[in-house]
Amino acid sequence: MPDVSGRSRPPRLGGLPDHRGRATWGEKLVPLEEFRRAAARAGRELDDEARAAAARAFSAHVPDAVPVEGPYRRIVVFGGVYSNHRALTALLDEARRLHVDALYCLGDLGGFGPRPEAVWPLVVDAGVRTIQGNYEQALAAGAPDCRCGYTDPRDNRFAEISYRYTAERSSPEFRAFLGALPAHRRVRVGTREILLVHGSPRRVNEFLFESTSPVPFLETLCDRAGADAIACTHTGLHWHRPLPSGRDAINVGALGRPANDGTPLVWYAVVEDRGGALGVELRPLRYDHAALASEMRTEGLPGEFVETILTGWWTTCLEILPARERAASRF
Amino acid sequence: MTIPQVPLAALDTVWFQVAGTVCNLACTHCLVSSSPTNRTHEGMTLAEIRPYLEEAARLGAREYYFTGGEPFLNPELAPILAAALVQGPVTVLTNGVLLSSERSAELRRIADASRYSLDFRVSLDGLDAPTNDAIRGTGTFERILRGVRNLSDAGFVPVLTVTTASPAAATAEGRERFLDLLRGLGIARPRLKILPLFRIGAEVGRGGPYEAWQRLSGDEIGAEGFDHLQCSSCRVVTDQGVWVCPILVNDPTARMGATLTDALGPYPLRHAACWTCHVEGATCRT
Repeated sequence: MPDVSGRSRPPRLGGLPDHRGRATWGEKLVPLEEFRRAAARAGRELDDEARAAAARAFSAHVPDAVPVEGPYRRIVVFGGVYSNHRALTALLDEARRLHVDALYCLGDLGGFGPRPEAVWPLVVDAGVRTIQGNYEQALAAGAPDCRCGYTDPRDNRFAEISYRYTAERSSPEFRAFLGALPAHRRVRVGTREILLVHGSPRRVNEFLFESTSPVPFLETLCDRAGADAIACTHTGLHWHRPLPSGRDAINVGALGRPANDGTPLVWYAVVEDRGGALGVELRPLRYDHAALASEMRTEGLPGEFVETILTGWWTTCLEILPARERAASRF
Repeated sequence: MTIPQVPLAALDTVWFQVAGTVCNLACTHCLVSSSPTNRTHEGMTLAEIRPYLEEAARLGAREYYFTGGEPFLNPELAPILAAALVQGPVTVLTNGVLLSSERSAELRRIADASRYSLDFRVSLDGLDAPTNDAIRGTGTFERILRGVRNLSDAGFVPVLTVTTASPAAATAEGRERFLDLLRGLGIARPRLKILPLFRIGAEVGRGGPYEAWQRLSGDEIGAEGFDHLQCSSCRVVTDQGVWVCPILVNDPTARMGATLTDALGPYPLRHAACWTCHVEGATCRT
C-alpha cells in the first residue's frame, strides 16, 4: 500500500482524529497494537480436520420429501408467462409437434399482460404442471404488491400498475388455484434428477442471472439440493451453464416477455434424455405479438409495456439487472 | 435478555477490505473512519487474497465485493479484480476520485476478459457541490462526477450510492433528482442505491452515537428469519482475518477467525450497528 498520508493531503481532516499509531475501536481511539492484539484473540481457529468437517457440513445435501415425477424422455420447461396467453397458445402447439411427455411451468403466470385469467384454462387443459412464482404467492395471499422489491420509484410505479390490474381481474377461484400450487417440484429426465424452482432453490424471489451465478455457487446449490440439475426462471433472461461436475444450471427465461434483445421472440427450454446425459435446448418462440400488443392497448395497459412486446427491449423494472446485463440493455 | 444469533445460511458474499482503512478522503460520516492516516487495517496483496478466493469458491461463494478505504489506492487492485473475476462477479465500492479515463479503460479490458459482471458503486453525498463537499471534502463533487462519467464512457453502468446524510435521499422526488443528475451527465442508464447511516466511526462526531435503547434483544427478533440481514450470508476479509460483516471491522471483537471456514458459525446481534441493519433494512450489497 502506498503511504498517502504525507503526499496527498485530504481535502479536510478538520475535527477528525489523526490515526497515526492509533486505531478506532468503537467510539474510542486506542493504540494500534492494542486493537490488533484484541483482534487476534477474538474468534476461533479450527485445526485442519475441523475445517474440513465444517466445510463439508456447510454444503451438505438437505433432504427433500417432495416426490420425484417421471422419469420422462423429453419435457418442455417454461416460466414467466406474465398473462401472455398468445405465447402460451403458440408454445402448446409447438409442444404437440415436439412429442413431449410433460410440460412444466415455473411460475409467474400473471402480471404485465392482458386478461390474467385467459391463461388458466390453457394451463389446466394442457395438463401443465405448475409451481408458484412470487406473483402467485402475492396474489393468493392478497398481498398489496408483487413483492419484486424495487427501489427505483419509476419501477415501483409500473410494478404497482401491473399488479393492481392483475389483482383486480383475478377471481377468488383463480387465486385459490394459484395458492394451491406447490413451491417446487422434482422431475427425472432419463436418469437425471432436476429440481424445478421459480427464483432459486433458496428463495422464490432470488434472481439467478448468468453474469452473477458463478460455477462454484451453482455447484453448491446442486450439492445442497441433491440434484443433477436446477431449472429456474424469474429473471426474464434465459441461459444454460453446464457445470464441471457434469450437472446443469438452467434459467428457462420468460415465455411472456421478450429477452431484452431487440427482438419480439420469447423463450422456453426443451430438456431431454440423451443416453443418460441431459440435453438442454433453449428455444426462441415466435407468436402473434402484434395481436397481444393491440389487446394490451385495448385493456389500457401502459404504453411502455406494449413497447416492450413490440420492440423486444425492456422499458421498466430494469434495476434488477446486474452490470453486464444492464450494459447490454437499450434502456 | 436474549441476544439473537444469526446463522450463516450460505456464504453468498465475500468482502475484501482491499485497501484496509486507508483512504485519500476523510468523509465525516465514514463508518470505519477511513482516512489517509488510518492504518487499523492495512491493504491486502494479491498473494494474501488468493487463498481466501480459493476457500470462498470451495464454500460456494456467489459474489465478491472490494472496499476500503479507497480500493484504487491498492497498487495491485487490477490483478486482484482479474483473479476474483475468474470465479465470480465483482463489485468495487469507490469514492470515484481516482477513476481517470485511462484507469476506466483498463477496467474495461479486465471486465471483458470475464464472463461475470464487474460492477462499480460510486459514493456521492449531495445534489450539489456545497452539500456533498461538506461531507466528502472540498472539490470532490466535481471529481466524483468526472469519475462516474469516465466509467460510463468505458461502457460501465455504475451505481451511485447516496447516504441519508443527504436530505434528498429520503424522498422519492429526491431520488428522482439524483437519477436526473446522472442523466444530465449523459448517462442513459442511471442506477442509484440509498444507504442509511451507521452511527459509528466518524459519524459519531457528525450525527452522534446510537442511543442506549438502540440494541436488539428478545426472542421475537428472528421469528421471520434472518434473510434480511447480510450477516446471514456474508463475511469480510481484512489483513487481520475474517470479520462478521463490513460494518463491524472497527470492533476487534467482531473478528470470527483466521479463515472463512473458521467463520461459518452463527453471530450474535449484539452491536449497536445491528440495530440499523435490522430496523432500517440496510444491506451493503447492491
